[in-house]
Amino acid sequence: MNVILAVLTRELRLALRSRMDWLLPLLFFVMVVMLFGLGARPNDPVLAGFAPSILWVGALLSMLLTLDRLFRADYEDGTLEQLCLAEAPLTLTVAAKLTAHWLLTGLPLVLLAAPLAVALQLPAAGLPALVLGLALGTPVLSFVGGFAAALTVALPRAGLLLPLLVLPLLAPVLIFGAGAVRAALGGLDAAAPLYFLAAVLVLCITLVPWAAAAALRNAFE
Amino acid sequence: MSSWTWFHRLASPPSFFRLADRLAPWLGWIALALLAYGWINGLFFAPEDYQQKDAYRIIYVHVPAAALSLSLYVGMAVAGFVALVWRMKLAESALIAIAPVGASFTALALVTGMLWGKPMWGAYWVWDARLTSELVLLFLYFGVIGLWQAFEDPRAAARACALLAVVGVINVPIVKYSVDWWNSLHQGSTILKMGKPSITAAMAWPLFASVIGSYLFAGYVILRRLQNELLQREAGTAWVRELMGKSRV
Repeated sequence: MNVILAVLTRELRLALRSRMDWLLPLLFFVMVVMLFGLGARPNDPVLAGFAPSILWVGALLSMLLTLDRLFRADYEDGTLEQLCLAEAPLTLTVAAKLTAHWLLTGLPLVLLAAPLAVALQLPAAGLPALVLGLALGTPVLSFVGGFAAALTVALPRAGLLLPLLVLPLLAPVLIFGAGAVRAALGGLDAAAPLYFLAAVLVLCITLVPWAAAAALRNAFE
Repeated sequence: MSSWTWFHRLASPPSFFRLADRLAPWLGWIALALLAYGWINGLFFAPEDYQQKDAYRIIYVHVPAAALSLSLYVGMAVAGFVALVWRMKLAESALIAIAPVGASFTALALVTGMLWGKPMWGAYWVWDARLTSELVLLFLYFGVIGLWQAFEDPRAAARACALLAVVGVINVPIVKYSVDWWNSLHQGSTILKMGKPSITAAMAWPLFASVIGSYLFAGYVILRRLQNELLQREAGTAWVRELMGKSRV
């Protein structure tokens, strides 16, 4: 538990010192939504129908932007090697780092999604499902993305490879996340897809830290 | 311990290379015979489908390719698991040998499916569950291949790919069911139904032959690729030099 807290506070303190690192993905998210708005006819009512998928894809892409930095700085200055050698289990350290990543990028996206949804004229009935779905889905993005980032940490140009590794793995999250919003808009119960997202999240929290830790160890062999 | 010696011997590159050398021609020729029987009968002599007419004949390519696309991914993940747990070099090479073959069969299944979809469904592509999960599978293959090519050190590359394949294989059923839930237009299986298959024998036998023939063909290609991979990786060792010396004449 101490390990998790120590890593969490370290990550948050580091983020506090370089604010741009976690503000830029948020700006990117807003810009993606803005560009969709600009690409459609002014005040096109069709846009509201696409709002769930625009917001989900926007969130996916902005989290993708941050993945390359997730382990890279620590890898370059040697911190990561120390964490691998440390007595504390690497799995826990990784889990803490991924949680910190979600707190810094995922959580703000969840909060930002609601006003953006209103801007896209998403009916109010879809809002709770959207926010809840993102709250359950963005940690999955952090965890699966963290795994891919760990796989590619030793590669100089990982940025190009990351989308190919991450996005196919995340297809279910998008389907159920956007599906929950559509279900809610259609007057159906959004609980089932949300439960599914929650199940995927639980699976990720239990399995991914091990896989990511193994991937990091591989980078130092 | 002694009961494991065969296993260790099999896993050593030189003896596996020799085994593959003996096995591959068999696989290749039997595959050729089965495919010739299956495709000639399937494409020319099997009766027409009462509804789909001649268009159904694409199943003789499509079904084997689709079955292989999934089987090879599972095979790749099993090789990856073995490579991670027992650090077996042979399994690492096998994983790398399988990936492009699996990707090719996935692409073939997609293309043949699209060609069939145009006359049957009226569209090359529909956002249907099976089509979409097959496409996701293709990207998963590309991920493994891309990751493999990004690394310089082959062992680190193989282990990274192994991890990705194992995580991917856990994900495949999730993708499958989530996409099923999302939407499905694809027809159900006619062959693997419980009880009596709803396909006549004159259509079924060529299909079985082409499925088994395709599996053997995939096995043949993978063995050959594996041999290549082993030669490259072990270049400079005594057994490779001896082998090369012999064949150079």
